[in-house]
This record gives sequence, C-alpha cells and structure tokens, in this order.
Amino acid sequence: MPGKKRLAVWKLASCDGCQLSLLDLEDELLRIAGAFEIAYFVEASSATAEGPYDLSLVEGSIATAHQAARIREIRRESRLLVPIGACATAGGIQALRNFRDFGPFATAVYPRPEQLDALETSTPVAAHVPIDFELRGCPINKRQALEVLSALLAGRTPKGGSHSVCIECKLRGTVCVMVARQLPCMGPVTHAGCGALCPAYGRGCYGCYGPMETPNTGSWSGWWQQRGMDEPDLRDVFRTFNAWAEAFREESERHGS
Amino acid sequence: MALRTVEVGYLARVEGEGSMRIVLRDGVLEEARFSIFEAPRFFESLLRGRKLDEAPDITARICGICPVAYQTSATQAMESALGIRLDDRLRALRRLMFCGEWIESHALHVFLLHAPDFLGYDDAIAMARDHREEVERGLKIKKIGNELIALLGGRAVHPINARVGGFHSAPHPRDLAPVRERLAWARDAALESVRWIGGFELPELERDYELVSLRHPERYPIDEGRLVSNRGLDIGADEFEAHFEEEQVPTSTAKHARRKGGGAYLVGPMARYSNNWDRLSPLGQQAAAEAGLGRVCRNPFQSIVVRAVEILYACEEALRLIDSYEPPEAPAVEAQPRAAVGFGWSEAPRGVLYHRYEVDVEGRIVSANIVPPTAQNQASIEEDLRELVLRNQHLDDEALRRLCEKAIRNYDPCISCATHFLRLEVERR
Repeated sequence: MPGKKRLAVWKLASCDGCQLSLLDLEDELLRIAGAFEIAYFVEASSATAEGPYDLSLVEGSIATAHQAARIREIRRESRLLVPIGACATAGGIQALRNFRDFGPFATAVYPRPEQLDALETSTPVAAHVPIDFELRGCPINKRQALEVLSALLAGRTPKGGSHSVCIECKLRGTVCVMVARQLPCMGPVTHAGCGALCPAYGRGCYGCYGPMETPNTGSWSGWWQQRGMDEPDLRDVFRTFNAWAEAFREESERHGS
Repeated sequence: MALRTVEVGYLARVEGEGSMRIVLRDGVLEEARFSIFEAPRFFESLLRGRKLDEAPDITARICGICPVAYQTSATQAMESALGIRLDDRLRALRRLMFCGEWIESHALHVFLLHAPDFLGYDDAIAMARDHREEVERGLKIKKIGNELIALLGGRAVHPINARVGGFHSAPHPRDLAPVRERLAWARDAALESVRWIGGFELPELERDYELVSLRHPERYPIDEGRLVSNRGLDIGADEFEAHFEEEQVPTSTAKHARRKGGGAYLVGPMARYSNNWDRLSPLGQQAAAEAGLGRVCRNPFQSIVVRAVEILYACEEALRLIDSYEPPEAPAVEAQPRAAVGFGWSEAPRGVLYHRYEVDVEGRIVSANIVPPTAQNQASIEEDLRELVLRNQHLDDEALRRLCEKAIRNYDPCISCATHFLRLEVERR
C-alpha cells in the first residue's frame, strides 16, 4: 500500500483498555483502516507486517526483561513513538510494586517468584527510550487518540493541553465538589483530558490522568491535612494509577514509605 | 517425517498475550498447549493494605474489556463483608450497566475478533470489504453497549460511577430515553445478526463438558445467582473455594482451575446458555432455535451463536430494566467497616468471575483472591485442542493451525484477566 502511513499498536504490561479505546472508535474505525496501513495490531488482526512504521502507539509499562528489550526494538522501527495510557506514561497501577520490597510482594501471589520473568519495577516507556508525544489517562480518551492519528495524516503536531481537570469542570459547568461538598478531589493537580467525569457524577477526581504540568501537590495535601485526612490516606491518594509519575511519587513519599 | 509441530507464537485477535503449541509424533499427540506469557502485575499483592472502597476501581484495571464485571464482583464481595444488601432499584441499575458490558464485549468478539475465522479473513477490516453491512451493524451494536455503560458509568472503559454500596449518582429517568431508543434498534439488529451467524458453517466437535455458571431463580444470570453445573453442583459464593482448586501444570505457564475431585470444567456463554435456557426470553429462545441451537450446547464452535443470542437477550433485558426504572431513594447504601471476609461473583462476558476479600476493622484489605473466567477455562481449551487435533490430523499444518486458533477463540480468552491471579512460570522457546 504505497503512500499510506504505516500504523502499529503494541501491548506491554497492561489491561488492554487503551487498545480497546481505539477499537471503540466505532464510527471512525473503517475509515481509519482506509486511511492507514494497519501494519501491526495483534489484538485486531492476524496479519502482521514488518517495520519500519510511521507511528507506533504503545500500551503498557515495562515490567519484564523481555519488554525492556522489546521497547528498544519498537523504537528503532518507529518514526514516531507515542505511549498511550497511564501504564505506558507512568508505569500504571502495577508500579505500586516499585515502593515495596519485591521479594515478599511477589511471594504473596507466586510460590516460586524466581521463575517469573518480572522486573522488580514497572516503569514508563520514556524511562527506556525517547518518545515523541504521549497520551495520558487510565484509560486514554479515544478522541485524543483520534487527534494523534489525524495530526499524523496532516503532518502536524497533535494538540493537547497541559492544564488541570479544574478547567474542564468550569468548561462543563460542574459545581466544584471540593468547595460545595467537601469531597477530596484531585482535579486541581490532575492533567486534563477525561472531560472532568468524576465531579460530574458527584465524586472527587482520583487522578487517573496523572499530574498536570507543575502541580502544587503540597498545597493540596495541606488543605486536606487541615480537614483531617491522615498520613496513610494522603500517601495512598497519590499512589494509584499514576503512582510512579514524578510529582505524585514525590508527594506520596512525603506522607509515608 | 513423523514429527509434526504446529505453533503460534503470539495469538492474534484475543485480549492479551498467549501462544499455542501442538506436537504430534507418529500420529500420537505429545503436547497440546495453550500458554500465557502476559507480564504478571501482582494485583492480589498490591490490593493488600488498600481501603476496601478502592477495590472496584483497582480491580477494574485487571481488564479493560470487562471492567464492569470486576467492579460488580468486587462491590458485591465488599458488600457481603460489610453485611449490606442493595435494594431492588439499585440492583436493577447495576444489572442495567452490566447489560451494556455484555453487549459491547460480545459484539467486539463476535464481529471483530471471531467472525473473520468463520468467513476466512485475517481481520474484520478485510471482512468488511465483502460484508460491510454486517460489520457496520456489529460496530453499531457495540457502540450502543458502550453508550449504555458510559451513560451510567461515565465512560465505557473503567467507568467511574460504581462504588461499594451502589453508585455515586443515579440517573433521572429522562436521561435514559435516548439510549432506550437506540437499544430498541440494537435489539432488532441483534436478531438479524443471530440469523447471519446462524448461517456460518461450524466445525464438528461435541464434548461432554461440566458446564458451570450462575443460575438465578427468575432471570438469566448476569449479576447474581448460585453457581450450578450439569453435574449437580449448586453452591453459594462462600463455598467456591471448597469446590474448586488450582492445579500446577509443570509444562504450562499457568495454573489450571479444576473441580476438586473432578476435572476440567467450562464457564462462559455455552455454560450459561445450557444451564439457563429456560430463563431466556421467548424471543431469545426462538432466535436460538432458528440459528440451530438446542437447549444444551456442547459444540464449542457454537459459542459464537450463543454470544449473538446473549447480545439479543442483553438488549431486551436493558429495555425491560429501563422501562421499569425508578430512581433509587439514595444512590448508595452507606456502611461502617468491620473485620470480615466477603465473597462476590458475577457472570463476566467470558464466564463466572469470583472475588474474595478479607478486610480489617479499619476498612483495609488484608488479603484478596480473584479467579477470572479465562483461568478456569484453560484446561478445557487444551482438552478441546487435543480432541480437535486427533480428529483432524489429515489437514496440512496451515489448516490445522487455523482450526486450532479458531478453537481457542471460541473461549474469547482474556489473557490480561487470567494473568493477574495465575502463578506463572514463563517459558520462552
């Protein structure tokens, strides 16, 4: 298929949800398939083609030695490399192991952990190879994925803000759940992209898009300390799906080991 | 040459990373293996010490295809630990959201992942060149399932509205009107699809499975029931671990679940259908009969037809639940933590999904045990492969490989799910 951009979708340590978000572009899927050569997407097709690829979307974190080697091969074969989702951009929920002694952590689930192909840490793609852009979220917003694909076709840089979820609440007209209902909401320190879903459903944001650019996490913690949140809870609130993202990691470590 | 090896290093069109290996020596089957090489993520360890109300959101991340099932099994386990039971209105809302997951997950598998096997294509995109109408109809059904989850849950993948005790917020009846209209279309489209899939040519294979599924006194099982089988099993969730065990298989990457004192068993659409045919709607029963299904299904290749019937049922059931919807008095039941053990299960699209948690008086998780459907089906998958290879030795390697891959996809295996509880030994050849 000469002339068509070659797209590849890869899976590392993950739940498949971000790849699924691509398949959830039901209205666009057949047109995307017409605009690109889908050269490698094992979840969707038995047919795979060798690189090089114009765009590689990578779901999942690096959690095994095999994956650490594989991401280097993927980088070599890809003109543009875009990690998609919290696993690929921050190590994912499985990065909770990074804060613990791996031996006992693994033995609790596996009787013979020495036989596992598992690294002691789960780390983001960018800790291993240079990346060109990234899509945040657990899971990603499929509209953002469409933006990356459209940008590639048009030969431009994808658009994506670096503001907080708070801005999305204002745009949506949602009353602040932190002010009006005293719910702990990570919106002020969390990267936009979901459309401020949780506050619209009456719950505080739980930070699944990871830290916004230069978040004031210390101020956030101080606010909730004054309102009675204890240290283990403050630690854990920053330790979920983006626990290994630098700003959240550092703030969590201020409140416990 | 007397030695024949048929291998697939990385199975396509399944959720996660798995492989298959068949070895025949002089016509004798030496090995029929379905392996998992997905990276372990240690969910049961990382849940320890977390608050019990985090379990639904954390365990949802085990699987992006069936997060509602994880949230349902986890919330119900925690509710059992806390000693609360939701009223009919809240349970109806939970079941309604679950219908959305059955629709999207089954439609993904039927139209995008499995149908290409029966019509001879590498993927749905190639299939769409010749069967555009059917693929577009399937995509639209899938989209409506996702819309239902997103309406009630905020988004289709890892929805944010479910919580222990119910929901963060409940919809107003008028919010449901647009999706009701679309579900009515989806029900008719699903009926068309059952007819289309009923026309596929299916390979012959009948096996005498132990079919294990939930069964509910009134409804087709989705969100609740007792666990039953065609061999007399009839238990509550707190008895699961007394009847099932995991067995280490030295040559495999994964432990297989078995009935204690029994053997392999099968969970998922075929088991649900066979154990609950009488709980299907009249339209569902009629469509099943027209598509060639009996009251019991023992040919695993018919599972694609059963899935299509279950899509139809889930659309009808969602319509019924919307029509009888009354907003709950409060979106959730509140409860104080106590030291206890909680058990919960539900029928994920791929079969019964069991959760057990021990929680302390502070409301923190002491231990967790999660048994997903694909882990339970591994032994049956391998037994199917064995039977199929022995019957089809005359085929060339390529045809045999394709047949075996198709047989694995009968189970819609979700390897991402299976791995998080499996005790793995990874072997790469």
